[in-house]
Amino acid sequence: MALEQILILITASLLCGIFLRNRGRTWFMLIASVLVIFWLQPALPIRGADFWIPLATLILVIFTWRLTADDETRKQCKNYITLAIVASVVLLLNLTRFIPQLQLFTASRPPQLETTLLIFLITGLTLIVLSRLTRFSASFLTVGLILTIGLFLTLKIPALTYWTSYFLRSLTNQSVNQLRPTDFTWLGFSYVAFRLIHTIRDRQMGRTPSVDLGEYLTYVIFFPAFTAGPIDRLERFIKDLRAPFAGLTLDTFYPAGQRLLLGLFKKFVIADALALIALNDTNATQITSAFWMWIIVYAYAFQIYFDFSGYTDIALGIAGLLGIKLPENFASPYLKPNLTQFWNNWHMTLTQWFRAYFFNPITRWLRSWQKPLSIPMMILLTQVATMLLIGFWHGVTWNFTLWGLWHGLGLFIHNRWSDFTKAKSTAWATTPIKQAVLNISGILLTFHFVALGWIFFALSSPVTSWLVILKLFGVR
Amino acid sequence: MNQSIKPLNVLIKGLILFLLFNLVIAACQPRVGQFSLYNALFRGRERLPFGENPRQSYNLSLFNLDAMFASHIIDGAPKADDEFRVIIIGDSSVWGTLLKPEETLAGQLNEASLNACGKNVRAYNLGYPTIALTKDVMMLSYGMGYDPDLVIWMTTLDAFPLEKQTSTPLVANNEETVRGLATSYQLRVEADDPNFEKKSFWEKTFVGDRRSWADIIRLQIYGVMWSAAGIDQFYPAEYEKAQTDFEADESYHELTSPLNEDALALNALEAGFNVAGETPMLLVNEPMLISSGANSDIRYNFFYPRWAYDEYREMMTALSQANGWTYVDLWDAIPANEFTNSAIHLTPAGEKLLAENLAPYIFENCK
Repeated sequence: MALEQILILITASLLCGIFLRNRGRTWFMLIASVLVIFWLQPALPIRGADFWIPLATLILVIFTWRLTADDETRKQCKNYITLAIVASVVLLLNLTRFIPQLQLFTASRPPQLETTLLIFLITGLTLIVLSRLTRFSASFLTVGLILTIGLFLTLKIPALTYWTSYFLRSLTNQSVNQLRPTDFTWLGFSYVAFRLIHTIRDRQMGRTPSVDLGEYLTYVIFFPAFTAGPIDRLERFIKDLRAPFAGLTLDTFYPAGQRLLLGLFKKFVIADALALIALNDTNATQITSAFWMWIIVYAYAFQIYFDFSGYTDIALGIAGLLGIKLPENFASPYLKPNLTQFWNNWHMTLTQWFRAYFFNPITRWLRSWQKPLSIPMMILLTQVATMLLIGFWHGVTWNFTLWGLWHGLGLFIHNRWSDFTKAKSTAWATTPIKQAVLNISGILLTFHFVALGWIFFALSSPVTSWLVILKLFGVR
Repeated sequence: MNQSIKPLNVLIKGLILFLLFNLVIAACQPRVGQFSLYNALFRGRERLPFGENPRQSYNLSLFNLDAMFASHIIDGAPKADDEFRVIIIGDSSVWGTLLKPEETLAGQLNEASLNACGKNVRAYNLGYPTIALTKDVMMLSYGMGYDPDLVIWMTTLDAFPLEKQTSTPLVANNEETVRGLATSYQLRVEADDPNFEKKSFWEKTFVGDRRSWADIIRLQIYGVMWSAAGIDQFYPAEYEKAQTDFEADESYHELTSPLNEDALALNALEAGFNVAGETPMLLVNEPMLISSGANSDIRYNFFYPRWAYDEYREMMTALSQANGWTYVDLWDAIPANEFTNSAIHLTPAGEKLLAENLAPYIFENCK
């Protein structure tokens, strides 16, 4: 998000916090979120894609709600009101096709109105058909899960994205000569997918709270957290959403304002300045000295932290103005003395998500084997698999695979090392100075391990990454 | 003490302090550009900052002359007893478009390890990629602060037209410096020249002038990449060669033959020599591409119709003789195949040839 966009969102949220109460605020959050997903979607070479993609997000969320909501909630009248309002907002956006001066929320001219109406009709009919097939609802949940994961993979595997772009360009009678995987960029889908999977899985486990369509839509596409998280849990979000909102007070304004200022400073001053010198594919090949190579690797490590945690602060600040307390995502991760603690404090909502929906279930499954694996082997498998998946979440490429592997193996080695040395280090670190030495050396070691891992993350090819590592240690 | 913090008071105090800070900045206009990380934390730049694509060149164009010169290697190089210091001013051909720092004229002179009057010649590139004599005089006035033993002023006819003198952004944004030159060295500047960017009081505050502050900070940050990679320019893999075929067009800046001296900034040349004072200065008519393509009987190159350039050369020779200036005319010293993307930009081999042509004049003009 650009600074201007963030400032507009802050102003709108501030005005909402001052002037709106309870239902007014809830409607504001829903309508603003719908508008924002259209507004933030960048222009794409595929004709109309910047309108169809946000619309597809809305339809996907509505279908998932239909699958996860219980019968009683589904029948509530307010869901139809929500549907009508959301559809009206989309239609109004589509109508700006005829008034160029009002095309403020879409990157390009919206498509034909008839196509949108046809999509509405198909969506409505599908929802009706689904409601008649309630006895298959459990199977539909599985289908929904598979479709969401499938769509996620399509967006993350370059070859699939390429073919999707090819298909969409052919569909819109556009040339396929200048095809690029980036033709099909679905803004915010990584986070949307995680929220959808979370609710589908919890529904399968019978843990999903009962929420109406408006609440569900607001949760999944909540505009402060739409592009960069954090990934909240539905039951926690709903608690804040349903809590009475008496408007913004000084007590809520100050922490939110402080968070916003901090976030803006982190993102637009520190991170953007570091971005000028941070490691990238170009400068990786231009620098020959080990000293300067370390400097740009450090610059990248801090740039990614300040950028991401800055965005999180901004999200928390804007949400705070609206009376929503989003979960924390970062807690001084670079000051943690080991890799396990680093991952407990870096992008915390993502790691918690993976712990809940992958690591814990797979560990339980491995333990349930008649002949269970040895503990170290089980730890190795689960840690590496989890970190590989986190790597794939960023993109299915060799470098993200290596990054996941680096951290998976790191976590395993730390686990084994800590088991092996725990008693010895406790016996040695008997004085505060010795404890400080142990702590500081742990922090330095962990930071450098993470910084080396960022090389795979920042660069696009394993060969360049390897060359950078060699240069860092003066080998090349 | 158990005093609770009152956020509203903190906010009000913060705003007042920020307002005061802005007012002080606007009133005092501190010369923050003088403070630089170059030549301290980072090595000094071999040429002045200039860049139109900072992300690729790790360089940027800014208007703060203090910051520009503070980032230059000359600012951190105390003059040794055995150093014969040469500063070279001029346009992009001196700065070195498409050339690495060591390939420029200054780089080639240093590479040649010349010895003049028993001292080691050390050349500094103070060229800047815009063509205007007034800009050159401004750079020279800064360069003189570094105690040169010889100044080489590379120029060409296109730097002379009056309308170009203050329209170049670097000059337009440094009115005070230019007016100072007018007072001290009789540089002619119109009192109401509309080209100068005049800043209101608001534009002088920290908020109003934030772009300049950001540029200075960015320049410091790019010091990392300059020190790390030694890159200060984007070098495209391919570029379009200088044009050699032309329309049968004899026009030049709305001037007609004979060249009207009143339409040229000849006064800037005089001012330049005044700025140099006792320091010897070589005024060099820089080499240019002499085309042999279509209509080359009418035009020498993209810049010049033959009549204008021939008259300019005659005028320069006469002027130099009349004023006692040391003038070197190297207009045809470099063969056409040693030019790159412009009629004045040379290849490394061309720059080497130019350095060899200039070396004898350096020996002649040392004291």
